[in-house]
Amino acid sequence: MRRLPPALILGAVLSGAFLIIALISLVWVPYPVDGVSIADRLQPFSLAHPLGTDQLGRDVLSLLMVGSQTSIAVAILAVGIGMGLGVPLGLAAAARRGSLLDEVIMRGNDLIFAFPSLVIAILITARYGPSATNAILAIGIFNIPVFARVARGGALPLWTLDYILAARTAGKGRIRISAEHILPNILNLLIVQATIQFSLGILAEAALSYVGLGAQPPTPSWGRMLSEAQTMIYTHPMLAVLPGLAIVLMVLGLNLMGDGLRDVLDPRLRRGRT
Amino acid sequence: MLRYLLIRALSLSLSLIVASVVIFAVIEVIPGDPATYMLGLNATDETLAALRDELGLGGSALSRYFDWIGGMLTGDFGTSYTYRVPVAELVLDRLQVSLPLAAMALALSTLIAFPIGILAASNRGGVVDYGIMGATQLGIAIPNFWFAMLLVLLFAVTLQWFSAGGFPGWDNPFLALKSLTLPAIALALPQASILARVMRSALLETFSQDYMRTARAKGLSRGQAIRRHALRNALIPVLTIIGLQFSFLLAGAIIIENVFFLPGLGRLIFQGITQRDLIVVESVTMLLVFSVILVTFLVDITYALVDPRLRRR
Amino acid sequence: MIALDRLSLSIHGQPILRDVSLDIAPGEIFGLVGESGSGKSMTALALMGLLPTGAATTGRASLDGTDLLSLSEPALCRLRGNEIGMIFQEPMTALNPVQTIGAQVAETLTIHGKADATEARAIARDRLDRVGLKHIPMDRYPHELSGGQRQRVCIAAAIALHPRLLIADEPTTALDVTTQAQILDLLRDIVADEGMSLLLITHDLAVVADMADRIAVMQTGEIVETGPTKTVLARQDHPYTRALFAASSHQPDRATYPDPAPLLAVENVTRSYPGPRQGFRRSPPLHAVDGVSFALHEGESLGLVGESGCGKSTLTRAILGLDPIQGGAIRLNGTPVTPQMPRAARADIQVVFQDPYGSFNPRWRVERLIAEPFHLLPDPPRGGDRRDRVAEALTAVHLSPDDMHKYPHEFSGGQRQRIAIARALITRPKLLVLDEAVSALDVSVRARILDLLAELQGEFHLSYLFISHDLTVVRAITDRVLVMQSGKIVEEGATEAVFTAPTHPYTRTLLKAAPRLPDHIGGSHDTLV
Repeated sequence: MRRLPPALILGAVLSGAFLIIALISLVWVPYPVDGVSIADRLQPFSLAHPLGTDQLGRDVLSLLMVGSQTSIAVAILAVGIGMGLGVPLGLAAAARRGSLLDEVIMRGNDLIFAFPSLVIAILITARYGPSATNAILAIGIFNIPVFARVARGGALPLWTLDYILAARTAGKGRIRISAEHILPNILNLLIVQATIQFSLGILAEAALSYVGLGAQPPTPSWGRMLSEAQTMIYTHPMLAVLPGLAIVLMVLGLNLMGDGLRDVLDPRLRRGRT
Repeated sequence: MLRYLLIRALSLSLSLIVASVVIFAVIEVIPGDPATYMLGLNATDETLAALRDELGLGGSALSRYFDWIGGMLTGDFGTSYTYRVPVAELVLDRLQVSLPLAAMALALSTLIAFPIGILAASNRGGVVDYGIMGATQLGIAIPNFWFAMLLVLLFAVTLQWFSAGGFPGWDNPFLALKSLTLPAIALALPQASILARVMRSALLETFSQDYMRTARAKGLSRGQAIRRHALRNALIPVLTIIGLQFSFLLAGAIIIENVFFLPGLGRLIFQGITQRDLIVVESVTMLLVFSVILVTFLVDITYALVDPRLRRR
Repeated sequence: MIALDRLSLSIHGQPILRDVSLDIAPGEIFGLVGESGSGKSMTALALMGLLPTGAATTGRASLDGTDLLSLSEPALCRLRGNEIGMIFQEPMTALNPVQTIGAQVAETLTIHGKADATEARAIARDRLDRVGLKHIPMDRYPHELSGGQRQRVCIAAAIALHPRLLIADEPTTALDVTTQAQILDLLRDIVADEGMSLLLITHDLAVVADMADRIAVMQTGEIVETGPTKTVLARQDHPYTRALFAASSHQPDRATYPDPAPLLAVENVTRSYPGPRQGFRRSPPLHAVDGVSFALHEGESLGLVGESGCGKSTLTRAILGLDPIQGGAIRLNGTPVTPQMPRAARADIQVVFQDPYGSFNPRWRVERLIAEPFHLLPDPPRGGDRRDRVAEALTAVHLSPDDMHKYPHEFSGGQRQRIAIARALITRPKLLVLDEAVSALDVSVRARILDLLAELQGEFHLSYLFISHDLTVVRAITDRVLVMQSGKIVEEGATEAVFTAPTHPYTRTLLKAAPRLPDHIGGSHDTLV
């Protein structure tokens, strides 16, 4: 078997660690995160509280652990929306290249791109109030054109290949060909893109929570931990540093994994190597 | 060339129309009464009626839409419900912060990304390349608002070279620029990381093209071939990303302005949200989308200047 | 002048060239022939000092006594384009798409400091005139030129400084025969005029037989035979030369079944595309296929020849029922052929494509690949039945039934083409459309595939529609031939008759342009050996 690139291993270990932490936090955390205890507020690192406590006396480690659930859940659902809608649209556009359908799908994509994801979030929350669901929708909508583009871009060159013509002479329709021949051969691209969008989703969720448009209290989230820590940055900088570090490590892990996967899966690179 | 411009301009106006319909629909048409939402719980029947009247909610959706668009076209963005001043005035005021900030960040990001992208590509697989790739990998992973907080921690709290936030106004241009420096850096660095990586891979892509081999066979050195042939071809994908980045910068600026307490469009839009001032939110959103579409248009024109294959379509 | 002395090359430890020795005299045309992977292009790159990273060489490569292998990179830069010029196979991508052709020719002059910008432009104009582009302005971009014209620009840039040696690596492989003949003529002229030497690298024995003073034949990194062209062609000392020679004029044994029943009837078929938009109007539609009629009989092998853009691919797609036609009718056994035709009717017509690499979904095993056309049958065989049928098809194309468990990337180009034929045979069709089916293969592999096709035709009583730009192949495998030019059939007749006594001027041009091995040697080599 071929040796895996170190980036892939490091990335998988980092993101895997966060996934495990999130899973553990579902059943166990060192301290409950909804317990306000003024007596324990703003404690430094200690054995009892390895990462200290915040301004309400909550255990920072526990908050970070539970916060990872929010990040991961929002990002997964947003990627799901993007893939679920974007990939079929992209495949359909490629199958009917140059048709009205293709044109409409691609122009619709351009239109969504014209709204920065945050602006979509603002629009939605301005009208329906901030919530985790609306954050997921806002990030997910922005993922649709990304996956549509990747799917279409990957599918177009395949449609010119002889095995697609052969399948057509074997009497297969465009939908069946898309499912049997096109989709499996662009899966590489989609997996790589999914890890990238996943990491972007984590960043976007953090940004939305930071400005108060994401998950609402008392649900802990890394972004809101940062915004709460900002006012105390002079006195307790660690409260602002730790959640940021968590975001960086998680995103870094996902990006490294995406890069590593690209190296392993990209047929162009593989051909170059053999 | 003229045909290309006409088609692009046509698609620009079409996008604008569709975008305005979407924004209008989300804010004013989709079920739920905007007036009730804006006033919240302490609404009385009289205040509601007054607000509905002010918003022109009595008319049909179609006529309200055309009133709104017509107003925008003539520079009338409506009147802010909370500030009681024309939204256009507010926007103009806030643009003096947001526009320079976005421009500074874009310039900074490009200035950083180009040299290091080229450096990495020309040393492919070497120590420099690995160093740059590692650094940019980290740069992409850092949320810009957290990076902004770290900058404040270092330069404002510890070193005390800069103030932690606020904007003194353009009366003293030096102080104004100084107060925008940390925000611009915070915005630019993650974008520069992305751009440098795109620059690198676009260059590497051109390195394997046949015309590079032709150039070398003509007697150009590696460096000459890169400067004379690879760069301009690599610029085409890089331009696309710069265009997209403008939209990210705008979004990023909305958040960064909050970190540094800068009175820009971003703060305005958030104040609009917290005060449920839909008129401000609607118009500012439209303005943001307009600027993104405009930048896309400009990028398309630049394409045609760089790539002759587009000109004679 | 140029001499290679026991040059060996390895890349990342992988041996590429072994003890290659040759020398080229001033004014000489030297042909380097070999199949793909024989190392002929690497030999040229070694001369240019443009070897990929990881390359290690031993031996000598010298230009007038200067050892090229030990030159520093700046010295090599001074040499390239100045003393040695080079042109490549793919003219469509060999030029920088965002720079004018004038600038790209002038660059050769300015980069070597031989002229300032204005002089360089004047000289570039002169060189473009010389290569036959008098009517093309200098400010044109590559995408505005045809493939042949682009290759001329490449030649102009390569000879701008009158180099002593021009290396041409498969310069005409990507071009049509008539264009190929023009480019070869141009190269011959320039060599004579300028007194430069030419190293012509090609896989096509016929091209060098026409052109070269001396040739060398390469096989797996070694020169197996070298000498004056006439002598090498006449003596064919080395078995590989013999095989190469025999293969390129290979004539498979075919039994023919004269059977008058028409199988495919193409009647007055027109296939048009909307014309390009001009302002708000459209110019008149383009007729890619313009009133084409012909019939193909059972058991017959019919050739369709034409250059790229003549409409043969468009016609092929219509005959396969993939694209709709705008006029006329196509009938297979009386059933109309359209994109909506019933699946069962499609089972009678199957296709083999050109590219042995793009013909298979890389993620499927051979069994599933070959069985795909079963989709056309109302009651497709399943399980063991299906495996038996696939095994049968694999045996018919001389592959092992065990191969059905492998993936396509485990096979060579020739083997893949056999798999493609097996796939086409699985529904027991009556008509096989062979769309440039042997064009991507090396001559020796091609010869074996042609043998297989001849054998299968007898065994399964197949009809062939053999579409190709390669006249020699068509001559070898068809009974009748159609010649197509700009959407129309301009000549039709029995293959031998058309080839020996063409009536249409275009057919004559085509035949004249096609490089051919000298008849007296090729025809009588059995007696010589």
